[in-house]
Amino acid sequence: MPEKTTVYKDFIEDTLKEYPEKSKKERAKHIAIIEPGDTSCSVKSNKKSLPGVMTIRGCAYAGSKGVVWGPVKDMVHISHGPVGCGQYSWGTRRNYYNGITGINSFGMMQITSDFQEKDIVFGGDKKLSKIIDELEEMFPLSKGISIQSECPIGLIGDDIEAVARKKSEEIKKTIIPVRCEGFRGVSQSLGHHIANDALRDWVYEKDVKGADVEDSKYNVALMGDYNIGGDAWSSRKILEDMGLKVISQSTGDSTLSELANIKKAKLVLLHCYRSMNYVARYLEEKFQVPWLEFNFFGPTQIFQSMRKIAEHFDEKIKERTEYLINEVYGPKLQKITDKYFPKIKGKKVVLYVGGLRPRHIIPAFQDLGAEVIMTGYEFAHNDDYQRTLEYLNDTTIIVDDMTEYELEKTIKKLKPDLFGSGIKEKYQVQKSGVPFRQMHSWDYSGPYHGIDGYEIFAKDVDMAINGYIWKKITPPWEKGA
Amino acid sequence: MAKLRQIAFYGKGGIGKSTTSQNTIAAMAEMGKKVMIVGCDPKADSTRLILHTKAQATIMELAAEAGSVEDLELDDVLKEGFLGIKCVEAGGPEPGVGCAGRGVITAINFLEEEGAYEEELDFVSYDVLGDVVCGGFAMPIREGKAQEIYIVASGEMMAMYAANNISRGILKYANSGGVRLGGIICNERKTDRERELVSELAKRLSSQMIHFVPRDNVVQHAELRRMTVVEYDPSCKQADEYRALANKIINNQLFVIPTPVTMQELEDLLMEYGILKEDDENIGKSKTA
Repeated sequence: MPEKTTVYKDFIEDTLKEYPEKSKKERAKHIAIIEPGDTSCSVKSNKKSLPGVMTIRGCAYAGSKGVVWGPVKDMVHISHGPVGCGQYSWGTRRNYYNGITGINSFGMMQITSDFQEKDIVFGGDKKLSKIIDELEEMFPLSKGISIQSECPIGLIGDDIEAVARKKSEEIKKTIIPVRCEGFRGVSQSLGHHIANDALRDWVYEKDVKGADVEDSKYNVALMGDYNIGGDAWSSRKILEDMGLKVISQSTGDSTLSELANIKKAKLVLLHCYRSMNYVARYLEEKFQVPWLEFNFFGPTQIFQSMRKIAEHFDEKIKERTEYLINEVYGPKLQKITDKYFPKIKGKKVVLYVGGLRPRHIIPAFQDLGAEVIMTGYEFAHNDDYQRTLEYLNDTTIIVDDMTEYELEKTIKKLKPDLFGSGIKEKYQVQKSGVPFRQMHSWDYSGPYHGIDGYEIFAKDVDMAINGYIWKKITPPWEKGA
Repeated sequence: MAKLRQIAFYGKGGIGKSTTSQNTIAAMAEMGKKVMIVGCDPKADSTRLILHTKAQATIMELAAEAGSVEDLELDDVLKEGFLGIKCVEAGGPEPGVGCAGRGVITAINFLEEEGAYEEELDFVSYDVLGDVVCGGFAMPIREGKAQEIYIVASGEMMAMYAANNISRGILKYANSGGVRLGGIICNERKTDRERELVSELAKRLSSQMIHFVPRDNVVQHAELRRMTVVEYDPSCKQADEYRALANKIINNQLFVIPTPVTMQELEDLLMEYGILKEDDENIGKSKTA
């Protein structure tokens, strides 16, 4: 048995033994060691978190409002219910957009129906109608409204669909009711699905019209990129450089019209598979638009994805792609790698993110010489774990729905040089003396996608791992004579 | 002043809870008792016979108008009716919207915070809609609220089923809140051997059939005039029935933690009492057999 496998096995055993028998049995199914050459990844996923543990997951409302719908910039998104959900998700996930906030773009605004006791008792449909009227008066340039249900809406049985239909006719704009009550499902993942279904039922099935686009065999739609720190813009540059025409991007920096126009593309390029594959599959079935999952993190994946995308187009695009890779991007990215590789080489990285990045970013770390020893998802499904295999070329621990306790154990036992996860995990990790990067929001940095992104990513990783501060965490009196 | 007793009337929808409770309370008032009725039904018809009108201003409606329940004063919601009986209605949404259960919780909390129970009262009586469908409607039997429950029932299957179900609700809160079953009031529906059947159910629940209220049309006549029988025709026989019930409640000593029966036991009970011999032989047989 290779040495690594033994170490990891001991680590897992050591971690699990602290749990009560029943929890131990359950958690054991969510953790596995993957060896090079493994053909299946049978980690149990998309199951209810154990009562009593601190899970890192979010809720269905977070999945719909926070992830999928929130970034659609020319629509007003109502957090429908008591004020807290809207208030604490205010400010977005750093989904950048162009536009004038409050005039034609509304991403950074927090709009809530602020439910009071009387709204619970008497129902909130009338209030919702009134809010829609008020929004229409305040923001006449909005292109539509989405109603993001918080828990009480489902409990008291408000008929938001009826309100949406009626008001939509009155104000002549698209209104989308989304049944993403937080108590539904086991994680934010169901919220993504519900949001996708709402997109299907209230945009495509209602035949919402997008702006006219010139038909071209190079028309593509960039989907499932939320433009965190400008990611989608950076990805778009590559596609446009290749000679493709991006007629729609979603949902980062997107408009309702762009959403409606996805179906006009010749190829849908899907970045976040987990959160938007449902609508991609639907569009393929209904409008025969093929889709492709791609990855623009780090040179290896960027070039591989560029070639994969070019395969769908003519010689002109393929030639241009090869030219870019060999003459432009290749040398440019090599310079970055050359600069940072010596500083990051051999560093051990642990990743614990949402439903896509735990696999997509691995090659970018490897491009810089780092070694990902453990990776895990908050809310991935079986197909995500299966898709993870192609990114693993070394023995790696895979974990599903990691608990805060397991996170603590990981820091102590595996002593990673860098931990990549979210804001809730950040301070626990840093206080344990381990460098940390937020892999949801890029820690107020970014973009990390594409050519521009690689340099920023490499710099941030170097800054985190080799930061001077970490050499100072042992106080002088503990250093010995 | 005697210790305030908080009682509640529960029972299947349409069984005559509001009618029975208001008539009984009117009789109590006749005997000099000071009573407050808290209607816990969004229809707000628990005080109609005492106030001679359907309550216009329920707690929840007024709260919705004013903004929130904190903006209300006790005087806004508390009305006085027949013989000084105090009346308040929780109110709630129209059918099919919102959450009526939450309305009951809000209203009762409001009454407590505003000190509605601190006045010189002998009885507070809660009149609760239908079955205990959710936590909100169990509010009156939770900690510190009603201590005595009277279930209005009849010899009909569903009424008995509801009575048993309500007993389960009481049992749930009996240990934490100290709520007890005070008895079953049989409101006559003229089913077979009704008196014996309901008595037997009460016995199985470890309780008593506290009174058998015979059916009498005078109740309907009085109700059409928005009055209790006690007020409409004080000398009639039915008024005496309610007085008897009032007396029994005032002097009631039997407060028990109910022992609900299983569905099977309940059905057996109905078979035993409810079905006449000759019908029995034909059950399960086709007509031509």
